[in-house]
Amino acid sequence: MTGVTPEAFVLGLSAIGAAVVMFVGFGVGLAQGLATGKAVESIARQPEAKGDIMTTLITGLAMTETSVIFALIVSMVLLFVNPLVGKL
Amino acid sequence: MHDIENLGPRIIIWFDSGPLKGLYITETVFWAIIVAVGVTVFALLISRRLERDPKGAQGIAELIVEYAYKIVGSTMGKRNLSFAPFIGTLFLFLLFANALGLLGFRPVTSDLNATFALAALVFILIQYNSIRSRGMKGYLHHFCEPYAIMIPIKILEEFTFPISLSFRLFGNILAGVIIMALVFTGLGYLSEGILHLPIPLLEGGFPLPLNAFFDIFEPILQSFVFSMLTMTFIAKAIASHDDH
Repeated sequence: MTGVTPEAFVLGLSAIGAAVVMFVGFGVGLAQGLATGKAVESIARQPEAKGDIMTTLITGLAMTETSVIFALIVSMVLLFVNPLVGKL
Repeated sequence: MHDIENLGPRIIIWFDSGPLKGLYITETVFWAIIVAVGVTVFALLISRRLERDPKGAQGIAELIVEYAYKIVGSTMGKRNLSFAPFIGTLFLFLLFANALGLLGFRPVTSDLNATFALAALVFILIQYNSIRSRGMKGYLHHFCEPYAIMIPIKILEEFTFPISLSFRLFGNILAGVIIMALVFTGLGYLSEGILHLPIPLLEGGFPLPLNAFFDIFEPILQSFVFSMLTMTFIAKAIASHDDH
């Protein structure tokens, strides 16, 4: 383990952290798929309510997406701003 | 195209001396002003000579206004139609501000300052309408419903809404900007460094579907979501008063 400076170690772990954070996408993708499937079922059952269902679905998907957007922000801060290197 | 090493908006105008020393204008501020002035001039030019039978640009303007009133009426109820001009303006501004990537410029909303300013505006609007419809006493009282012990959670809830609203728009648009920059850099490396093409041929056609998604579909969707959430939360702040 010669030649690994503390800066390089922290940068590498930051990159791993950024990748781990994006695992939030797993849950959010699952949830959005379930919600869209339910919406398709409702439209098939009641085609006349399509407009209302679509509006509610898009608003709900946007709310669900919030957590993955926060994960994206955290991972971008880890990758591009490198706040942890300054604490060495 | 955008530089991957430096993700922030570029500073294009700065003052080295004089009374404005230290002040600088980034490209997103510049484009925000241009979009705002452009939308205003469009509205003024069209509303100057209104005709009974709309044709040309007046038809488009009437379509936009009609649609804004329809959406506000169906989401917030017929009593709150007075919010339609604000929501329509917000939607138009966000639409053009998000879609600037189509022309190769940096979208205004890929700057956190822009989205946070808009979310702060919405936050003030929500609180003002909440106080106006409930009265000061009712406004303070609604924080301790249903139980007084939930006051911290209620206050936290009020403040997380604008933060999540601004980060949602910012994150979506910035993700598009980053992916487009990565694709263009990769294609440029491929066509110049490996294939040695005399003209950057690969950058011509391949990014087109991505452009259509990130610069046409995503801006429309995100401006719709932003105005939709604004409408829902303003309506919630007003409507819960009538239930009691």
